[in-house]
Amino acid sequence: MLDGFFASTVVQSALLIGGAAAALSGIIGVFTILRGQSFAGHALADISSSGGALALLLGISPMAGFFGLSLLGGLGLGQRRRADSSLVAGIMLGAGLGLTALLLHFAVSQRGVAGAAVTIMFGSLFAAPPGAGAWALGGALAGLLLIACLYRPLLLASLSEELAALRGAKVRLLDVLFLGMLALSVTLSAMSVGAILSTALLIGPAATALRLTRRPPAAMALAALLGVACAWAGVALAYASYGWTPGRVWPVSFFITACVLLTYIIAAWRRG
Amino acid sequence: MFASYLLSGWIVASLVAFAAGFTGFFVVLRRESFAAHALPMAAFPGAAAAALCGVAQWPGLLVAALLGVALLFWLKRGQRRDAATALALVALLGLGALFLSLSGRYANAVYGLLFGQIFASSPADIPPALALAVLVPMALLMFFRPLLLGALSPDFTAGGAKGDVLFLIILALTASFALPVTGALLVFSLMTGPPGAACTLAASPRTGLMLSVVLAVALIWSALALSAATGWPAGFFTGVLAALLFLAARMWRRARQAPQLPGPA
Repeated sequence: MLDGFFASTVVQSALLIGGAAAALSGIIGVFTILRGQSFAGHALADISSSGGALALLLGISPMAGFFGLSLLGGLGLGQRRRADSSLVAGIMLGAGLGLTALLLHFAVSQRGVAGAAVTIMFGSLFAAPPGAGAWALGGALAGLLLIACLYRPLLLASLSEELAALRGAKVRLLDVLFLGMLALSVTLSAMSVGAILSTALLIGPAATALRLTRRPPAAMALAALLGVACAWAGVALAYASYGWTPGRVWPVSFFITACVLLTYIIAAWRRG
Repeated sequence: MFASYLLSGWIVASLVAFAAGFTGFFVVLRRESFAAHALPMAAFPGAAAAALCGVAQWPGLLVAALLGVALLFWLKRGQRRDAATALALVALLGLGALFLSLSGRYANAVYGLLFGQIFASSPADIPPALALAVLVPMALLMFFRPLLLGALSPDFTAGGAKGDVLFLIILALTASFALPVTGALLVFSLMTGPPGAACTLAASPRTGLMLSVVLAVALIWSALALSAATGWPAGFFTGVLAALLFLAARMWRRARQAPQLPGPA
């Protein structure tokens, strides 16, 4: 059983994409929670679903579609400290999802891609296109490199914008760069667990890690580790579930989300 | 466009939009957009579970939405509000994905539940929608002052948590009834676009509330009319028109510099 698991190229690619997405999202997620931008992260994911639908309609790589639209969404969201930022994010999210509904409608009626809604919204890690693994790995490494370069000013700006500005950091530029990194992490997660479930990998492991430690570097390392562990456990469980209910599928995205939630609940329980 | 088989769709949509306009006004003032987006997702696994067990949809929706409120409150202890909402949202979505997948009606059911199938409404959907359109405004008007005060200055209201629970339950009810009409993802547009525009334009809470309801109903009517005329999904027009409405209201205010409510600056 285990031999078959690791020998399958589908499983290898799923482990690679899921792991890369979870590692980057865990670290970006800690910044996202500290900055109070969880809703912005989720809004980008929902907006990116229209990119996935567009890619399907045009027959281009879904990764390009997800990334393009979430970058556009990030530019639209703009500043984070405005009083009405959650309302603006919400309304943009609604428009993005409306666009997804239309593009999926066309994709299904013109190209006959049945099940497109499921693939884009809830992901299909086992059906990733060939070569996606390399792209995911490259994207995650680029994201990690960017964080390593910006670590100190970004962390300071996330905790206190005023203090960072006093120390001479370019806060507006950091805001924009962070939204770009958020778009990258949302893209990778959308490839793994689907656009609307990508928030599980972004917020889940980071929230668990922040319950267990208050030191940002430790929280980031822990979040990345937990995320990768959950993604891999989810893939293994989905593989094992093949024979549980004949003819019915247990989606891999469900298992990954369930692992993420369970680790959070255990951490919250232990901390009281 | 007014063909008889579409008639119940029009009636149900109008009733849902009426209730959503009321609820949405408080969503905007209390800055609860994220909760308003997450709670319809709570109803989503309910609908999926109902499909799995082969029972009627709306009791499943109702139970699941209330469970979603409970989950949200449990997660909110010792966690930032927005991160807790995100966790509740993915927990419920993940469950919904599982139930739908196990029910074996995955692809079509997903599209319907997420983006809505308003023209698939039957006359049997009218009584629950009517109950919603009567009960939600009644509850909101009964608690109009405490809800409004809690929205404008949370520190003032003693027992703020109680108002919070009450409001989230009303929100969950609205969401679960609206779900089959507009879909889990686009109930939300009705509860943010028109009320956001109304709060931008109105000078007092009362006119704001009335404007919000009128705009919500007008929005769903235009979306349905455009959808019937083009054959494109109604969800597309709902989401995009809501954003355009909000944008237009903002530009109008910028041009006029009219007085505004203190909520959404």
